[in-house]
Formats: sequence, structure tokens, C-alpha cells
Amino acid sequence: MIRLRDICKSYHTSQGQHEVLKNVNITIERGEKVGILGRNGAGKSTMIRLLSGAERPTSGRIERSMSVSWPLAFGGAFQTTLTGYDNLRFICRIYGIDPTDKIEYVQEFSELGSYLREPLRIYSSGMRARLAFALSMLIEFDCFLIDEVVSVGDARFHEKCQRELFEKRADRALIIVSHDMAYVREHCSRLCVLSQGDLSIFNDVDEAYEFYHRAIHLQ
Amino acid sequence: MSTPSSTTPTIIQALRVQGRVIYALMMREVITRYGRHNIGFLWLFVEPMMFTLAVTLLWAGLRLNHVSALPITAFAVTGYSSILLWRNMPARLIGSVLPNLALMYHRQVKVIDIFASRLLIEFMGATISFIVLTIIFATFDWMSLPEDLLKVIEGWLMLTWFGCALAVLLGALAEDYEIIEKLWHPLAYMIMPLSGAGFIVDSLPQAGQDAILWLPMVNAVEYIREGFFGSVIVSHYDMAYMVEANMVLTVLGLAKTLKISREVIPE
Repeated sequence: MIRLRDICKSYHTSQGQHEVLKNVNITIERGEKVGILGRNGAGKSTMIRLLSGAERPTSGRIERSMSVSWPLAFGGAFQTTLTGYDNLRFICRIYGIDPTDKIEYVQEFSELGSYLREPLRIYSSGMRARLAFALSMLIEFDCFLIDEVVSVGDARFHEKCQRELFEKRADRALIIVSHDMAYVREHCSRLCVLSQGDLSIFNDVDEAYEFYHRAIHLQ
Repeated sequence: MSTPSSTTPTIIQALRVQGRVIYALMMREVITRYGRHNIGFLWLFVEPMMFTLAVTLLWAGLRLNHVSALPITAFAVTGYSSILLWRNMPARLIGSVLPNLALMYHRQVKVIDIFASRLLIEFMGATISFIVLTIIFATFDWMSLPEDLLKVIEGWLMLTWFGCALAVLLGALAEDYEIIEKLWHPLAYMIMPLSGAGFIVDSLPQAGQDAILWLPMVNAVEYIREGFFGSVIVSHYDMAYMVEANMVLTVLGLAKTLKISREVIPE
């Protein structure tokens, strides 16, 4: 379970305090698939960082009784002068798992082959994305965070990712943060809409869709 | 497959995680900085060794012997090694958060871990360089081994503490005030000749001695030299004062680090 209680988040800007989230409350249970919809700048990435624990709220409490992933397929933490293998070892080290039996899996799944031993700066963006996705599958989290549509590589690789995430890990909780209604609708049973700092929770998908639609056109 | 623990960790578990993260960051930093080619991670101490060696040869060549009765080699090695410790540590921490911001998407990676990993690398580099040079020069009879090894170690650790505390404070301040980065390098150059590396306090007039000992690192350098040369020189230091100064820097540094860790926004 992850519970956000009365979460407020504001940032210092040159124009003074900017309040991104106002009194957000939500509880996500084990195995639950939750979609959070929001326009650009609605505070979606802030939500992801708060949920993952990378950032602290200005006020309010976050309780976590399940392990939460870093944003899926996030490649920003890669050090490009290091090899794919070095980056793999780094992830294994900070999560305390043995990399030796993971190398083969990553090599195969990411389709990098011997390139795993080359520095990332010579990788194409597709290769980096495939490595990032493979690394995200290394740790068996209870809850996976997805920031925007996961579109990695070609159609075949995309299918492989879908299988790995939505089929093999169907028992895990998922939190998808996106502006893409169709994607969220496909994978989530409960929808939330983030608009002007408020998080509205809907059990009915159509209701959420209508609300989101209105929120888009109002602004 | 492993499942990361999700319940509130005990202090032992928390320390284990922190140890893991610091080790991972160290390995990453060492490989990034020195690579795998040629001598690889050996640069960690070969680099400071080369600096110390160059300075030692320079001082010996310029015949600075007249400064004191001390053998010039031992004087230069103890002096320049100590500069490495307190000067490089702040330089490594200032601006170290920005390039590592994205790593903080992994919840267990905190600002203090980035600081700790870099400080450990600097400490290891400077210490190994100091030891190896001492052994090499002693083998060739250019300098003698310390008279009181324990005293040298104590002084070295005090200097390390000072370097770490100063580095954490400046590293944390630099996140909020860009000016710190601009100021540190010229300031370090200005303090260097005053740091006790190039002179012994006993050679100064009384008023100068009292004034110079306000700089915490001078006390430790004197202490290290007493450990090395003991009977040959008269050392001046106040280690209780240095403990106080280190404590103040440590508390201020950790408080500031806590503040910036709360506000840091991963990229």
C-alpha cells in the first residue's frame, strides 16, 4: 500500500512560491492499477517523484508498505562514459542484488549482445532505451511507476516489453502518469485527474474521461 | 529474484543500504574518472603522488633547506600531502550534486551519499600516496620513517576530519550560493602558503605563531611533523582547539546538507 495524506508541494520560483499540489489524498493498494491523467505542467512528474520517494512533500505524509520502483525505463541516471555493464552493476549494487546472474538476462532482453561491454556514448537512443527497460526489470518491485507511455524500440520489442510488464508482472501494482487517455484506459482500473493542483479520483472510467476532457478545454 | 524490503528498516538495515550505495557510487566515480585503460584506478593515488613528487623535487631543487633544519624531502612530503587532503576534498564536493541529480530517482541515493563517496575516494588517494611516497623515499634513504607513527596517524585523521567537514559545508553551501564555487579556488590558493605546509610554526615570531594557529589545519600539520621528527623540532599546536573547530564545521555542514537534501529536485 502507498498512502498520500494531505500532500502539498510548492516550489520556489523567481515569481515567488508556486503551488503544484494542493492537499492530495490517495491510497494505492497492492496489485492495483492506477492511472493519473494530467495536462503538461499539471504536476505529473512531481507526483511521480513524490510517489517514488525521490523528493519530499512540502507538507503531508507518505506511507509506503510496498516497494516502489524508480520511473520505468528511466535512462537519465546513465553515465554515458560507462558501459552498459557498469550501469547494470551500479543498479545491482544500490539495490543489493548479485549482478552475475543478471548479465545474461539483460544482454538478451535488451538485444545489446556484446555492446553491453561498450560505453553508452556509442549507443543509439534505441539501444539506450532498451537497456533502460531491461534494467527496470531487474528488481522485483511491488509497484512500478510509469511516467508517460512506454514506447521502446520497434513494434516487436514493444510487444516484448508489454509481455514482460503487463503479463508476467500482472500481480504488481502499477501507477501510470500520462496525458494519453487511451493508454491509461487500456491498463488501469482506477483513474485520477490532476488539474490545477487538485487530484480527483474516479471509479468510473467514463466519468474520469469526461472530467479530464472538460479540464483540458476549460484552461 | 530479490524483493526490496518495503517495511520501515531498522538502523542496521539502513546502515547496510547506505554502505551499499556509497560503495556503488565510489566504484562508479572511480571508473568514470580514471577509466579502465592503462593503469586505471591506480591513478587514484598516482595522481596525487605525482603532484607531491613534483613539489618535493622543486623544493629540494630550490634548496629551501635553510627554512629549517629538517630534511627537505620529509618536509615536502608531509607538507604537500596535507595540502592535498584539505584542498581537494572541498574542490570535489563543490558542484557535485548537479551531475548526480538523476541518480536520486533511486530513493536510497541521497546527497550525503554522494558527498561521502567522493570524500572516501579523496581520502584513499591522498593517504595511499602519502604512505607509498614515505616508503619509497625511506627505502632510498631520502627520508626516515616517523618516530611516532601513532601521532602521525592521529594528526592525519584530524586533518581528514577537518577536510571532510569543510568540504561538506562548502559543498552544501555551493548548492544554494554559486559564489562559493568562484571563491573557493582563489581562497584555497591564498590559504595554501599559510597552511603550515611550507614552514614550521616555531620559525615564526610569537605573535605570528598565535595568529597562524587559528587556522585549524596548521595544528594538525604541526602534530604530524612532531610525529615524524619528534626530537628534532619544536612543534606548536592546540588539538583541543582543532577538535572544537572541526565540530563546529561538522555541525554546520551536516545541517546545511540536511536542508539541501530536503529541497533537491531530481532531474
